[in-house]
This record gives sequence, C-alpha cells and structure tokens, in this order.
Amino acid sequence: MLRHFRENKSWQGTLLVLPTLLWMVVLLIIPLLLTLVVSFGRRRADGGVIFTFSLDNYIRLLGLQPDCLNPFVCFDPLYINILWRSISLAFWTTVLVIVLGYPLAYFIARAHPHRRNTYLMLVLVPLWTNFVIRVYAWMMLLREQGVINNVLGWIAARLGIPFEPLQMLYTPGAVLVGMVYEFLPFMILPIYTSLEKIDLSLYEAAADLGANPVRTFLRVTLPLSAPGMVAGTILVFVPVMGTFIVADLLGGKQVVLVGNLIQNQFLSARDPTFGSAASLILMVLTLIVTYFYTRKFGFGKEIVAA
Amino acid sequence: MNPYHRHVFVRVATILVYFFLYAPIVLLVLYSFNASRTNILFEGFITSFGPLKMQGSLVVQSPCGPFHWFCELAQNREVRLAARNTLTIAVISTLVSTIIGTMAALALQRYQFSIKNFAQASLYIPIIIPEIVMGIGILILFSQLFELLNNAFQLQGDARLSLGLGTVIVSHIAFSVPFVTLVVQARLQGFDKSYEEAAMDLGANEFVTFWRVTLPMILPGVLSGALLAFTLSLDDFVITFFTTGPGATTLPIYVYGLLRRIITPQVNALSTIWILVVIVAVLLLQQPQRRETR
Repeated sequence: MLRHFRENKSWQGTLLVLPTLLWMVVLLIIPLLLTLVVSFGRRRADGGVIFTFSLDNYIRLLGLQPDCLNPFVCFDPLYINILWRSISLAFWTTVLVIVLGYPLAYFIARAHPHRRNTYLMLVLVPLWTNFVIRVYAWMMLLREQGVINNVLGWIAARLGIPFEPLQMLYTPGAVLVGMVYEFLPFMILPIYTSLEKIDLSLYEAAADLGANPVRTFLRVTLPLSAPGMVAGTILVFVPVMGTFIVADLLGGKQVVLVGNLIQNQFLSARDPTFGSAASLILMVLTLIVTYFYTRKFGFGKEIVAA
Repeated sequence: MNPYHRHVFVRVATILVYFFLYAPIVLLVLYSFNASRTNILFEGFITSFGPLKMQGSLVVQSPCGPFHWFCELAQNREVRLAARNTLTIAVISTLVSTIIGTMAALALQRYQFSIKNFAQASLYIPIIIPEIVMGIGILILFSQLFELLNNAFQLQGDARLSLGLGTVIVSHIAFSVPFVTLVVQARLQGFDKSYEEAAMDLGANEFVTFWRVTLPMILPGVLSGALLAFTLSLDDFVITFFTTGPGATTLPIYVYGLLRRIITPQVNALSTIWILVVIVAVLLLQQPQRRETR
C-alpha cells in the first residue's frame, strides 16, 4: 500500500493540473498568440479584422508610413514619444517608490516583532482600497478647487499674499504622483520581506570590525535587501507601463501613455490591429526590462511573498 | 547594539510616508459627510436630520442626517446592480479558482509528469505581463470566437453571444488561479508526508487520506489563496474593463464611468464603505496568522 502511494502516477498529476492548464492555455497563451496574429492584420471598416500578413501597424508605430519608409522624409515621432514617455514615467515612479518605500520597510523590519503585523496592516489597507477609488482621492486633492489649493489659498489669505489656484490636475506631475501612490505598497512589502530575513548578528560582526553605521548600511543592509528591491521593481515597473486609468483621470488629454493608446485603439478608434501591435510592443519592452533586470540581480522568491 | 534601533531619519520618513498613504483616504471618508452637492468645497458636516441646505439656495430633505450620501447611494439602482455583479463575479471566480488551483498545486508539488515544467512556467505569465496586454488578448479571443459562432449558427437577437457576466467570470478565474496555486504550493513545501503515510498504513484510502489528513493540514494555505483570489477579483479594473458588456458593470467600472463625467459625494460614500470592508478583511486575515506565530 505504502509503495503504491509513493509511486509517481503521472496520469493522476496530469489530471489534477489539467483544469488550471486549460485555463492558462485558453485564456493566456492563445490570447497572446491571437494578439500577435491580429497585429499583422488589417483593419476592417466596421472595426473588425482582416487576417493577412502586413507590417503596416509596426511601420506606423515606428513613426513611418507604409508607402514611405524613408525616415528623412516622413518621420512622425508621435508613437515613439508615447513609448518613451511611458518608459521614463515607469522609471521615475520606480525610483520614487524605492526612495519613499525603503525607510518605511526598514522601520517595520526593525520594529519589535509584536508590532510588525500592525505596521504591515497599515500598508495593506491603502493597497486593498480599490485602485479607482485611490485615483479619485487624488482628483479631489489636486483639482483647481481641490483640497491642496484650498489649504494654500487659506494660508495665503492669512499671510495677506495674493493667491492664484495652481493647475495641478491634468499635468504630467499629477500622473507621477498618482502612480507613486498606487504602487508604493508593492515596493514596501518585498523590501520588508528581504530586510526581515537579515541575520542581526551580521550587524554585531560589522560593528566589531569597526564599521560605522553608514558603512554598515551600504555594505550589509543594502546588498542584502537587493532581492526585495528587484522584486519590487518588477511589481511596480511592469504595471505602471500598462496602466491607463491614472493617466486618463489625472493626466486628461495631456498625458498619453502606451496603455491609453492601446485602450483608445480598441474602444474609440476601433482599430484592434494597431492596438494589438502596440500591446505586443508593450509586452516585449516589459519582458526585456524584466529579463535583463532579473539576470543581473537574480529573481527572488520575494515576488511571490508579496 | 540594540537590534531594534532606528535612526531618527527613518522615524521621520516613516511618519511622512504613512501620512502620504493615509491623507487621501482620510479625506475621502471626510468628504462623504460633506454638506455640498458638488463636493468641490468642504462645506462642513451634515448635522441636521431635517431639510438640508446645499450651496446656499438648494434645499434637500435628508432623513438620514449625516449619512445622507449613504442613503442616496443605497437607493441608486445602478450601484446596487453593480454591487451585485461584483459580488457574483468574485464569489464564483474564487470558488472555481480555489478548487482548480489547489488541485494544480498538489499535482505540481507531488507528482512527476511530462507537462509539469510547462504548467509551472505558465503560472508566471500574469505576473510578468502587463494586465492590459492580457485584457485585450482575452477581448480579441472572445470577440473573434463570438463572431465566428454567431455567424456559423446564424444566431439572432438575444441568442447572439456577447460579452457579459460569463466572460468576466471566466477571465477573473484566469488571473486568480496562478496566485492560488503559488500560495498553496508554498504551503505544501513544508509538508510532512509521514502523516499521510500513517493514515494509509492504518487503512485509509487515498480519498479519505486527502479529506481527513491532507486538506485540514493545508487548509490555511487554501484559505489565504481563496482570500487573495477574492480580493483580486473585487479590485480588478483592467481585465473587467475589456471583458464586460451591457448589464455586467462592476463597482470599479461604474465608479470610473462616473468620474469621467461628474463627481458626487455618493462616490465618497461608496469609497468609505469599501475602505471599511478592507479594514475588516485585513483584521480577519491577521487573526489566523497571529495564532500560528504563537
């Protein structure tokens, strides 16, 4: 009986994994392949797809036209700019989120074990409050007659300074603040996980060897928390690249990101073939970043822990 | 050296970051009691239960007193439909993804089979691919499939296949399953097989062993996987946005649609309820963990 149980019965394993695998293949892998096929297609007048093999969509994304491939004659950087804007926004969001998230993660990891759970819960509440609701909170804060302008106006009135409401909503800065706010918890949690694992005796060793606190931080804490930052970067960079609600609600028409471009092609411009090409470019870009980043710094388990 | 020592810089930064995280949320809640219809300015709390003056001239009856906006929200038909849809989707997708995800975790952790590596690798797709890419992929799948079937079977009127609750549920299962599987797998990694062997030695068959020994032992993992699936579904915007159809609006989609047109304190009331639910959920989640660490 015991031997019978220990035998690896492969058909049982296959049967158990089958429903999940079916879902992954039908709803993740096949859709990705379909996106690839559609991106080579042509737009039908009613917004449908004519399946052919044409590179027109990719040529358009590069800023050229299918009947004019000379970059010196007809180069329109519209889409290149959108891509570049998305990458730099994702980059700056990641940097700011590390700068803001690291001290907090450090604080929690070095808090008394009894209190850590409470501090972590305080990070989870904003994280679980709905994404759209959190964007709305920033709309209320940043509007021309919003909370920040009201407070500034009140202070100015007290000091007797003339005050003009600041235009904050519908600017690139508003989008950056919104992104940082949305994704900050995704950086705090993995950094915390890696900081918490550090053996505290390492600090005694560093102190015994005469390292000052700054040197200890740079040579012990920072390298050992790198896996957390790598995991956090992937958890922040990838979604920022594809998010369209934040730019839509906080950036208005001023800030168009790849996500907005894709959404627009599917819903108002009704050109799924061009939207698919943009979507694939987005996927390839994020995969390249993730691949090189994880190859250089390693792929920690922190990503699952978060 | 005190291991719990934190530099004053860390303490100040922590307070500022917590302030950054909570100030917008506190304001949202505060404004849900605002005595202004347009919610542009905070015109004080609603204090009376009788006629309510809004923006100087407009008078509104407020039998609910300070909870005026909550009452209006409760009477809003679209909100009620959206809330029902959101819960239906979350419950069904959590049930299905928890069951099949747990099965997959057992398979991947316990058995050797040919497609194992492929199955394991496929679970990481939703983590490393932007949600919008998944969303439009699924949209293309459904729209092409439905177009094909509608034409092939000459479906007319209501019989035509279209996006709706069904497509949203199926898509939510797709992004929840990998998370359930990975969480349960993590739980199974530290699992002592000798309990199961003992059960088998004592004459229990495999089904009884699973039901009476394995499942109770991995239950905390299964439950936290289910909770994760539930919150992912409740919170989802992007995938729902691309897979929903008429009549299948969820709360996040409804709020987004509203925000593009008008801003009313009803949205704040909804946010306040949402935040309260989240706080209760986080407290519940902490409970079993606390028992474990003791």
